Amino acid sequence: MARPALSLRNVSKVWTPEGRAQVEALRDFSLDVEPGEFVVFLGPSGCGKSTLLYMIAGLEETTGGVIEQDGVPVTEPSAERGLIFQEASLFPWLTIAENVAFGLSIQNVPPQKRKEIAEDILRSVGLGDMFDKKPDELSGGMRQRAACARALAMRPKVLMMDEPFAALDVQTRAKMQDFLLQIWQDSKASIILVTHSIDEAISLADRVVVFTARPGRVKTIVPIDLPRPRPARDSRYHEYRDMFAELLADEVDRAFAEQEAG
Amino acid sequence: MSIPVRSREDTSASALHLSPRMRRTLSSIGWSLLSLGLFAGLWEALWALGWINPLLLPPPHMFFSDLGRTLTFFDHEARRIGSHGGAGALVGLLTTIGWTSFRVVSGLAIGFALGVTVGALIHYVRIFRNLVQPLVLMLAPISPVAWLPVAIFVFGVGDVPAIFLVFITVFFMIVLATVAQIGSVPKNYLHVARIMGATERQTFWRVILPAILPSLFMTLRLNLFAAWMVVLIAESVGVGIGLGQITSMARATFNAKLVFFTMVIVGALGFTFDWALRKVQQKMLWWIQPGQGGI
Repeated sequence: MARPALSLRNVSKVWTPEGRAQVEALRDFSLDVEPGEFVVFLGPSGCGKSTLLYMIAGLEETTGGVIEQDGVPVTEPSAERGLIFQEASLFPWLTIAENVAFGLSIQNVPPQKRKEIAEDILRSVGLGDMFDKKPDELSGGMRQRAACARALAMRPKVLMMDEPFAALDVQTRAKMQDFLLQIWQDSKASIILVTHSIDEAISLADRVVVFTARPGRVKTIVPIDLPRPRPARDSRYHEYRDMFAELLADEVDRAFAEQEAG
Repeated sequence: MSIPVRSREDTSASALHLSPRMRRTLSSIGWSLLSLGLFAGLWEALWALGWINPLLLPPPHMFFSDLGRTLTFFDHEARRIGSHGGAGALVGLLTTIGWTSFRVVSGLAIGFALGVTVGALIHYVRIFRNLVQPLVLMLAPISPVAWLPVAIFVFGVGDVPAIFLVFITVFFMIVLATVAQIGSVPKNYLHVARIMGATERQTFWRVILPAILPSLFMTLRLNLFAAWMVVLIAESVGVGIGLGQITSMARATFNAKLVFFTMVIVGALGFTFDWALRKVQQKMLWWIQPGQGGI
């Protein structure tokens, strides 16, 4: 079997805030992500799924365990592991094309070359006529697509997304999910998407990793065995939905009980 | 006074063919004049009703009517020989304005450059932060008036203490503002820079600096006003030529007309400088819509 794109071994995270009690965010988390696989992290809020994403990105340090990308331990951020946030976080002082070319310019790709790459990618995400626009002239969905383009310009092996569509309205959200499947197929990158939306998980994932409430652990991993596209009226879609709802309900109850206790 | 008001009938860009931008400018000028006129009118009315003493609070028409005589106070050559100059007086006024503006701009420019640098060092260099930040916080609340004797002890009399005083007034505020602004750059901007492999230096020049530029401009504009305030104090002692020297002379000779005339000049200059800065701001911060971020 091929080497996994990402390998997490007993990863833990304990926050030690100044002057307050320690918080265990994540405990003994192990998972392999295959090259080109679409994995969704599903869990109640505060279960450490975003924290895990930041650790895979190299933006946070683990307090235990090992994260490897292509067999090499992760010690610092890399453009090979792109990260997309809930807000697009485009730089308002750059045009859309300049934003997409930002990483290339940091890596000293010549101006002409990076302009070509940026424009190609923008065309492929449907923003072909937005090169010279300011970020605040775009709609939320377009901004998020530009943010994807910025990450894709670096040809990432793994593309991570932290609730990327949570701030968008329902219609835009559905469109963005189609769009995401498209770029996933084109780029051949592995995708890890964090969400608390069951529907989003079922529509997109190869495998759904369900988190327990804090401290986050793997509760269960569910492969979604449905051909794409996955219409919500399909009866098996409903079975998945009921199953996830039940799995999550336990954890949400636990999270609530804990919050009220402490 | 006419304020361009768009009536319901002339929907087609009016007879004058004014662009929306031109309209905005005209309307803003109109409102400025109205605001000023209202204030002057109220003053005049109080005088006309006999409620204020024209010797102490001479209304605008009085301190403008005697312009020739008022201007002679600015004419250093004429004052020296005791004659009443004509053309020399206007040159004198412009020279005075020039000197005061020079001190404001120098003090502000040095204060801004050093303030942003020290602010950035406090943010980046831990030992520098530990050593310098408490000092800045302790020195910041000290009034420029207290620095005045220090400036004279150290630099003697002349231009340097005046510039120093402007500098010291704006410096601490700019340091503290810079530290706060760097600290409030959105975390995700920094994350993006790190993921893309930016070095600390690249991150500073290409992410942090543009991110804080709008608020730096705001800081600069607020400190411009502070600089204009303090330069009059600085010039009241030991400089040959300057608006502050004129006001302190006017105070000594109980010349209310001259006091108010100088105040008008300072007000107009401060306004003009701020307007110019705002124009630069609009050019440099191209990504910010007019009407946002204090532009």
